[in-house]
Amino acid sequence: MMLATEPTQVPSAGGEQPCALELRALSKSFTLGSGLLRKGRKLHAVSEVSLRVPRGQVMGLVGESGCGKSTLAKMLLGLTSPTAGEVLVDGRPIAGANQKALARHIQPIFQDPYSSLNPRQRIAQIVGLPLRVHGIGSPKEQAARVAEMLDLVGLPGRAARQYPGQLSGGQRQRVAIARALIMRPALVICDEPTSALDVSVQAQILNLLLDLKEAFGLTYLFISHDLAVVEHLADRLAVMYLGRIVEEGSREQIFGAPRHPYTRALLASALTPEPGLGVPDIGLGCGQPDPSAPPSGCAFHPRCPLAEANCERHRPSLNDAEGGGRVACHLA
Amino acid sequence: MNDSLISTPGAVADGTWPRFTRAVLGHRGLALGAAIVTLLLLAALLAPWLAPHDPYLQNTANRMVLPVWHEAGSWEHPLGTDRLGRDYLSRLIYGTRISLFIGLVAALISGLIGSTLGVLAGYFGGRVDAVISYLLTTRLAMPVVLVALAMASLIGGSLITVTLLLGLLLWDRFAVVARSATLQLRDAEYVQAARALGCPLHHILLREVLPNIAAALIVVATLEVANAILLEATLSFLGMGVQPPLPSWGLMIAEGKSYMFFQPWVIAIPGSALFVLVLAINLLGDGLRDISAPGGRNE
Repeated sequence: MMLATEPTQVPSAGGEQPCALELRALSKSFTLGSGLLRKGRKLHAVSEVSLRVPRGQVMGLVGESGCGKSTLAKMLLGLTSPTAGEVLVDGRPIAGANQKALARHIQPIFQDPYSSLNPRQRIAQIVGLPLRVHGIGSPKEQAARVAEMLDLVGLPGRAARQYPGQLSGGQRQRVAIARALIMRPALVICDEPTSALDVSVQAQILNLLLDLKEAFGLTYLFISHDLAVVEHLADRLAVMYLGRIVEEGSREQIFGAPRHPYTRALLASALTPEPGLGVPDIGLGCGQPDPSAPPSGCAFHPRCPLAEANCERHRPSLNDAEGGGRVACHLA
Repeated sequence: MNDSLISTPGAVADGTWPRFTRAVLGHRGLALGAAIVTLLLLAALLAPWLAPHDPYLQNTANRMVLPVWHEAGSWEHPLGTDRLGRDYLSRLIYGTRISLFIGLVAALISGLIGSTLGVLAGYFGGRVDAVISYLLTTRLAMPVVLVALAMASLIGGSLITVTLLLGLLLWDRFAVVARSATLQLRDAEYVQAARALGCPLHHILLREVLPNIAAALIVVATLEVANAILLEATLSFLGMGVQPPLPSWGLMIAEGKSYMFFQPWVIAIPGSALFVLVLAINLLGDGLRDISAPGGRNE
């Protein structure tokens, strides 16, 4: 795999303009249960993930819980360092760059709005924190920008003086969005930003994210396990399984003609609001394998309905597929 | 849960304090403890105006005067006098100052040491945690009274020595609580968000972590105040703590112990005072723990 994947089909990449975000064979492994004398087992949370996110696009990243999505997000935010590979933001590697410089380019929106806001600080303090840490503007200008930002995310001005405990989940997520965008970063990592919210509130937050993307020309990496949400938002999609990307393509490709059996199973597993259908049988058989002892060959073969002998022995590489996109499957 | 502001404009003002006072008054033990502690604090602060006599003034003509409830007692000395003729009530009131001073200052010192170590161990984990946990186990392996006695006899007991010794010995519970509370917070998303912003370390530890573990530390602090007061009394009783003629309650018990079979009130009075103070502080600590226990996600 590696770098053999020039995106030929990306519409707005615009020649030599660097991507907003590029991952090159990014890997992260943890050592489990190591003691003084014992050598621990290696857990490969993320393995050789290569991905390009063109500027102004929304890249959806989907996969089951525990497939390495959040570890990937942490590496992008500079919260953990990768074991191998590199992350490029606007064509520049982030390794060695200081956290403050990185913070001006990338900001996170986290999953749980109940734990992403410090319960002991007022909303104005929380939203204004980036400005204070980076020394942008006088206290007066900072207060003005906080008020402006709160207005942009649709919060009333009086929320500035309240504590997170006095706000609802949707409002809290708006605060988290305001904090992430107040420094006008180019890239926002959304780590399941709606999965902790009511369905009715989810749509409001998603539309807010889309509006702000248009207003500020943002690029999103949108991590989710909710396919309906991703379909609503993403321009392109990457599907992760056990730390690897198994398929990548435009939204139309993934939803219209999925090529990897895992992608097909994921799409089949989405619950529909139609009554009487029950829980869909996705035909995956057993649960997700232990990530610290992944299956040989194609990691998906024990659950794959189409698996052949070859799948057990050789791991398929992520190759360009016919009609655009990339897929890692011997049979595709 | 809808997406409009729950609170009306009139209720925007921070409602934390009224809620806090209501919780204090609703908890009987806490209210009682807080009331007694407040009274004793006032007694300590206003000692020069409350005490009927000079606590150091000896009057050999008036030795071992009985308290007012005895037939021979008088309102001149409501709690009688000691073997040197000093007014017992005045000494008791001034003794409140010693006990509370040692309790509060020792808890403050140990709180600073223990919370710092605990927060660092919890936040960094790994090797830092291993070193600090080793220090903690070492400290837990030392019997406090024995070490304090030995050190006090080495340096010489005094108010300052005892305070410092206790401050340096009682940080273990702070460290344990701060460490485990910080461990839970380290991966909280707001701490992650602050890290992703490039916040300096002191900001993360002092502004994001500390305010959110403060409730647990305050509970430990109240219990350690009581602990330090008891230990001071113990050391003073054994002659290695506060030195005469300072009116420490432990010292008053020690000085009265040769009379205890004939005049039991000489040790019963400072003993009861000690009991009431420590009980009140423990009630306060337990009550604070009860009302600060996680009641929901919102606080």
